[in-house]
Amino acid sequence: MAKKTYIKAITDALDIVLDEDPKTLIFGEDVGKNGGVFRTTQGLQEKYGEDRVFDTPLAESGILGMATGLGVTGWRPIPEIQFMGFSFEAIDQIVGQQARMRFRFDGKQTSPVTIRTPYGGGTHTAEMHADNLENYFTGTPGLRVVMPSNPYDAKGLLISSVENNDPVLFMENLKLYRSMKDDIPDGKYTVPLDKANVSREGTDITIVAYGAEVNEALKVAEKLADEKISVEVIDLRTVSPIDTETIFKSIEKTHKVVVVQEAQKMAGVGAQVASAISENAIMSLDAPIGRVAAPNSVYPFAQAEDIWIPGADEIEEKVKEILNY
Amino acid sequence: MANKPIVDFETIKKDLSNNPKPIQVLNENAEIVDQKTFDSFSDDDLVEFMKKMVWERALHEQTMNFSRQGRMGFYAPTEGEEASEMGTVLAMKKQDYLLPAYRDVPQLIQHGATVTEAYLWSRGHVVGNKYEARAMMPQIIIGAAYDEAAGVALGLKKNKEDAIAFTYTGDGGTSQGDSYEGMNFAGAYQAPALFIVQNNGFAISTPRHKQTAAPTLAQKAVAAGIPSVQVDGMDILACYKVAKAAREYITAGNGPVMIETLTYRYGAHSSAGDDPTRYRTEEETKPWFDKDPLIRLRKVLEDKGLWSDEDEEKLVDEYKASFKDAIKEADAVEPDTVPAMLKRTFEVPTPEIQAEIEKFEEKESK
Repeated sequence: MAKKTYIKAITDALDIVLDEDPKTLIFGEDVGKNGGVFRTTQGLQEKYGEDRVFDTPLAESGILGMATGLGVTGWRPIPEIQFMGFSFEAIDQIVGQQARMRFRFDGKQTSPVTIRTPYGGGTHTAEMHADNLENYFTGTPGLRVVMPSNPYDAKGLLISSVENNDPVLFMENLKLYRSMKDDIPDGKYTVPLDKANVSREGTDITIVAYGAEVNEALKVAEKLADEKISVEVIDLRTVSPIDTETIFKSIEKTHKVVVVQEAQKMAGVGAQVASAISENAIMSLDAPIGRVAAPNSVYPFAQAEDIWIPGADEIEEKVKEILNY
Repeated sequence: MANKPIVDFETIKKDLSNNPKPIQVLNENAEIVDQKTFDSFSDDDLVEFMKKMVWERALHEQTMNFSRQGRMGFYAPTEGEEASEMGTVLAMKKQDYLLPAYRDVPQLIQHGATVTEAYLWSRGHVVGNKYEARAMMPQIIIGAAYDEAAGVALGLKKNKEDAIAFTYTGDGGTSQGDSYEGMNFAGAYQAPALFIVQNNGFAISTPRHKQTAAPTLAQKAVAAGIPSVQVDGMDILACYKVAKAAREYITAGNGPVMIETLTYRYGAHSSAGDDPTRYRTEEETKPWFDKDPLIRLRKVLEDKGLWSDEDEEKLVDEYKASFKDAIKEADAVEPDTVPAMLKRTFEVPTPEIQAEIEKFEEKESK
């Protein structure tokens, strides 16, 4: 057990899967000698050699097309897309090819690919580096989308993702990379790909969140505890699939829910959660479903991120609104 | 002093058109233009090549018949492209991995899929994709196979297999960025891939000259550091020899190769209502029909006393009978079901999909 950053937790997971399975391969732009632009793959090429950890030409569709081809010849590719905004260049390979492979061949050929990619706002990057793009991928049958909110989950979920025989889009939160440290077990452990986590138990209201917003929700819960308000926080961990059972169980107890996302509001994960509650568990509620999401503008340029990204203040305001309904 | 420009772009541009002539063994008049290569084939080889082309043409004719009867789904006519398709695929070994595009169903069958499976694929039945052959399903996104071929080739290299990736696209496919990315990746890793561009003159209605200002499509590989060549795609002897030489060069560890075959699509783009008279005239198509790959080899074989009309008719009847058997077999396959589709979406169904499976199974059992 040692205190480790989100980024070191990911490096740990990659080290473990490279060591355990000789078929795993890590590749992408600058992941080799440079160890990745965030140093996520630091030391891995030195340790496992250039055959297993290697740099690619600068072309995202080429990177993921190569992953598809390696997957059908017996390899377990872990490609990196340097920033999630660049994934648009490769969307055919993710949605049009990898996610359909098992379906097309009835399992005779598959795409055991784990695509790692950083996303998320608050670090004042250049354009196309920070957008929350999960909404574009959660509607893709055959693809899992994983969004860890903390270092412990990041390591366990990444190992599960690599071991999974279907394609997984593993989204790493940029802001959390170095800002968050957890006690992380040294060896291997896994976190399941279809179970939400009750991050904090409470009885008055449920906040459903994922990614960096989980930490904002926990701040709100901590603060409201002083006001004798008991908040339950659910961390989805994976946004495809969404573990609705854990949500339904929670709102049966709290009867109130606020759904939080960093992405724009339109047609997002929050809308899917709200729809699932409406369809299956509406009678558990005694107030409308509250939603906190970013405005439906294009993702802001760096200078305006702070006024755009929903944070603890917006969550607290919405929680109180629903509590006072 | 005259104002001489620092660089003469016009000369550089003109030089782009200085390319070797396409490789040919038999010319359009069935004259042997490369005697040494021709002599390397035995009589049996020549008969075998002819049989393969007769088979592909018969497959085309019978399948289009089935299509007119409403018994097929999407199918891309192949008439005119027999030399290009059979010539190249015959250079493949069983252990090689094929990444075909939608007009490459005949190669997929040659590589080990059954005609029944091909028909089921056309109809849109998953059983059509469960062939034993090492191959992807015919690619619809025409550039995507090139990206994937680079990965397959790298995978085969890492496996230390005596195998290469064969992939096909068309003239239109070379305009998609993915085709360049795939070639560039294969070049960067010196991966054993053979990229074949079947330049059949048209991407649906758009003619080759509107796709690119590049004088040849073969040139497109040059920028990726890949040797490439144009070959007469109506000459099966040239197509086979070039593909075979490419495979040998690639398996010797020299990295990828690209071949552009100059061929022609006699018919429509697909069985789904394309009408070529909207975009090309008889005047344009006639010279290509005169270059027909079957006419060319037939004449050589007849001159050698190795072939007759009766031989061919007998073969065509035999082949067509086998295609009729194949479609009957396809008819007998049980239709797909919603629970089966849901079950093959993930290895382990997600809770939501599991609930849907149960819902649909209950519905079907009623």
